[in-house]
Amino acid sequence: MTGTQMANPPPARSHGKGRARRVIHPWPLRVMHWLNAVAIVTLIGTGWQIYNASPFLPFVFPHWATIGEWLGAAIAWHLAAIWLLMLNGLAYLTWGLATGHFRRKFWPVSPRSVLRDVWAAVRFRLPHEVGVYNAVQRALYLGVIALGLLAVLTGLAVWKPVQLWPLSDLFGGFFISRVIHFIAMTGIVLFLAVHILLAALVPRVVLPMITGGRLDVSETHQ
Amino acid sequence: MTSFTASRRKLLTRAAAFGAVSLLPGCDFDDPSHPDLADDFLRLMSGWNNEVQAALFNPNTLAPTFQASQITRPPRFNAFYDIAQAPRVDEAAWQLELAGQIGDRRAWRIDQLRTLPQESQITRFVCVEGWRTIGQWSGVPLRHFLRAVSADTRARYVAFRCADGYFTSIDMESALHPQTILALDFLGAPLTAPFGAPLRLRIPTKLGFKNPKSIVAMEVTNKWTGGYWENQGYNWFSGS
Repeated sequence: MTGTQMANPPPARSHGKGRARRVIHPWPLRVMHWLNAVAIVTLIGTGWQIYNASPFLPFVFPHWATIGEWLGAAIAWHLAAIWLLMLNGLAYLTWGLATGHFRRKFWPVSPRSVLRDVWAAVRFRLPHEVGVYNAVQRALYLGVIALGLLAVLTGLAVWKPVQLWPLSDLFGGFFISRVIHFIAMTGIVLFLAVHILLAALVPRVVLPMITGGRLDVSETHQ
Repeated sequence: MTSFTASRRKLLTRAAAFGAVSLLPGCDFDDPSHPDLADDFLRLMSGWNNEVQAALFNPNTLAPTFQASQITRPPRFNAFYDIAQAPRVDEAAWQLELAGQIGDRRAWRIDQLRTLPQESQITRFVCVEGWRTIGQWSGVPLRHFLRAVSADTRARYVAFRCADGYFTSIDMESALHPQTILALDFLGAPLTAPFGAPLRLRIPTKLGFKNPKSIVAMEVTNKWTGGYWENQGYNWFSGS
């Protein structure tokens, strides 16, 4: 928020003297969100194809749901998309810490507040407050960031069990690294299911992730 | 006009394919003889991944070794053909041909290879598909063999050709790794046809398909020669 904007709020969007409007999702967040979406979808779809080549559970993923016509293509896409995920993820973590985004949006989050909001949500009594994450959102976003880190680390352990042997040992060896990698993927897929379901239930949250959206500062809780 | 429209349409299709790279599963290494834009992108990334793996490679890091009790029995066969089609090499007539930047390019017979010092290892074989198996191999460390034939170890690659038409190549650093051996024996007995008789490469710092079987020729070269699977899309370095 700059002084100029405070002094001259856009007339079409002005609600009166002393009011200012703020972007809901700043542009770096929007860019990183959609780059991450491309990387995550590619990694999951190709990961399913890679899993299918040697499944360790009594099922395989249907071919139509996988990305890459065959194992060679799936691995090539997987190892290309991981660079996008890692660089974008690094940019996101740096940006989130440097701008105070994490501190403002994710903090505080306590087990009590999460339980309270989960209980409210299952009774459909958890209102969506624009620009503010409720405790369920905070827990889910922090959780999926942790799962993303776990997926990257176990992925590295599966990729290089010899050269990165300390990482491989940390996760219990090649096979257990593969299993944890799979579990992290499952957690991310469950997150995506909830994330996309909530966006579908409250569709007005989708456009601001593209355009940025505008919000009266006086409406926020910051 | 028709051909112009057709080629423009093709170009647009390719541009769209590139834009939605991951969403169009048709355009990825499905026809190696006609690479499209997505294939070019994947080759570029695979080349970058080769560089990263070469940088990660530590010549002193050893692959984990195992106890005899941990050996997978029965051993798992794997090839791009059925076990019955594994090549049967006449060992009496077999010779290892040498080519490229090697001082002494005389061919080697199997009994000559057995006169060189042998080393044994119980290591894990990890397939690009994700499964793994533990086996015991013994044979001539490749770095000793390269020295014995006065190979130029400053060259970039060591390339192999096999009796079944398979071929692959590895980087010199990995070739000189202490656990990289020209294996003659598997599970305490001479190699059998399905497991690469009479001579195979055992390189536990790389994925399984970088362990060529039934080798008939070896070349030390600076020229990139790729490999059977690598030319179809598997990453060339494929380090472990």
